[in-house]
Amino acid sequence: MAFPKGWRWARTAAASAVLLLAPTLLFAGGGEKQGKLVHVADTRNLKGFNLYFADLYNTNRLLFTVEVIAITALTGLLLGLLMDVLVSRIGIDLSHRDEKE
Amino acid sequence: MMDFLTVTLPISGVPVNVLLLVLLGVAVGVLGGFFGMGGAWMVTPALNIFGFPMPFAVGTDLCHMAGKSIISTRRHAKFGNVDMKLGLTMLTFDVIGIEIGARLVMFLERLGLAGPVIRWVYVVFLFLIASLVFYDYFKKRAMERASAGAGTGEGSAVRWHESLHKIKIPPIVRFPVAGVECSMWLPASVAFLVGMLAGFLGIGGGLLMMPALVYLIGCPTYVAVGTDLFTVMIAGFYGAFTYGMKGRIEFLAVLFMLMGAAPGAQVGTIATKYIRGYGIRLIFGITVVCAMISVILKQVGLTEAATWVVMGAVSVLTLVVMVGMFRGAARELRAKKGVRP
Repeated sequence: MAFPKGWRWARTAAASAVLLLAPTLLFAGGGEKQGKLVHVADTRNLKGFNLYFADLYNTNRLLFTVEVIAITALTGLLLGLLMDVLVSRIGIDLSHRDEKE
Repeated sequence: MMDFLTVTLPISGVPVNVLLLVLLGVAVGVLGGFFGMGGAWMVTPALNIFGFPMPFAVGTDLCHMAGKSIISTRRHAKFGNVDMKLGLTMLTFDVIGIEIGARLVMFLERLGLAGPVIRWVYVVFLFLIASLVFYDYFKKRAMERASAGAGTGEGSAVRWHESLHKIKIPPIVRFPVAGVECSMWLPASVAFLVGMLAGFLGIGGGLLMMPALVYLIGCPTYVAVGTDLFTVMIAGFYGAFTYGMKGRIEFLAVLFMLMGAAPGAQVGTIATKYIRGYGIRLIFGITVVCAMISVILKQVGLTEAATWVVMGAVSVLTLVVMVGMFRGAARELRAKKGVRP
């Protein structure tokens, strides 16, 4: 069967494209879109405080985050106040500085 | 040795020595309060060296930094070093930048590239910052020698901020504590870029923000330190939230580090009262070089050597700052006794 010259070129180009795209198409058809990596805390050997936070981490990420931030802020504030009391007892003036650039 | 101090962290499952975490907290508290930063540039590689996966090191670091910065910021505010208006102007853009940086880290984690890419970007920025700080310091010294005691005035030898202040895109805003008047878009742009890098590197921004405030905005060193800590505190909380939601915070490690950081932050912050601004910049530059060397060693597989560099540099510099603080405090107390015997 005789094909026009232009048609043969088109056939060759189409066959080449299929060969080139085939691996990509196969991967696209067979593979799933990669999701985010999910980390799960192993709670089997944990107790008390650690167990509570690991459970919360596994079950309610929002509450875990809120509690972590709240406790971190409170701990920072309390430790800061405690250190303020200790430093003020030493007698250092904390209201101005003498040194410049 | 000291196995009884080793605990397995509940979320990441990483075994770690508690004493190391507390000591890291002390050191990072001292140096962070002194330089006006979260100190995460030390904590992230240190935690990574301790065995934390990089995304956990970044998240844990940001969370600990938020708690510690509360302590340092309160102290700097009492010294009058915090320009709240400048800090709040920069904050929104900083947070947007951090979110973009954090998303980039999660993307790299999915590709399995988070560790190496973050470490090399670290190295490049540490090198650039150290070069700038040393260039500025030695240029200032040369200017002082040339003027032979006549004084060169306040401020930096590197004066990029003067060129940037000439860009008059409205609104023009005055920041009274920093003594700066410029387009609002200057601090906004700087904050966005710093935030993006901070979210990517997990460094809270202080490492980049402190030199950016000095060299690009034109703040005096002390105001840069105080204002920086204010933005680092808020950015740290936002970073903790976003990494918490992504499940990359090891809370128990945060608490151990905070216990050490609380007294350390007080010492570091009070030390700025007794040490000149350019002295702070010089120690900052040395610290950045040590951090850079440790990250390079880690990248080429010399993990043990990297640990020694980080721990050695942090210990020596912490001691330098502590000695500066205690000597200054002793001088002040002696002077007080002299006035009122």
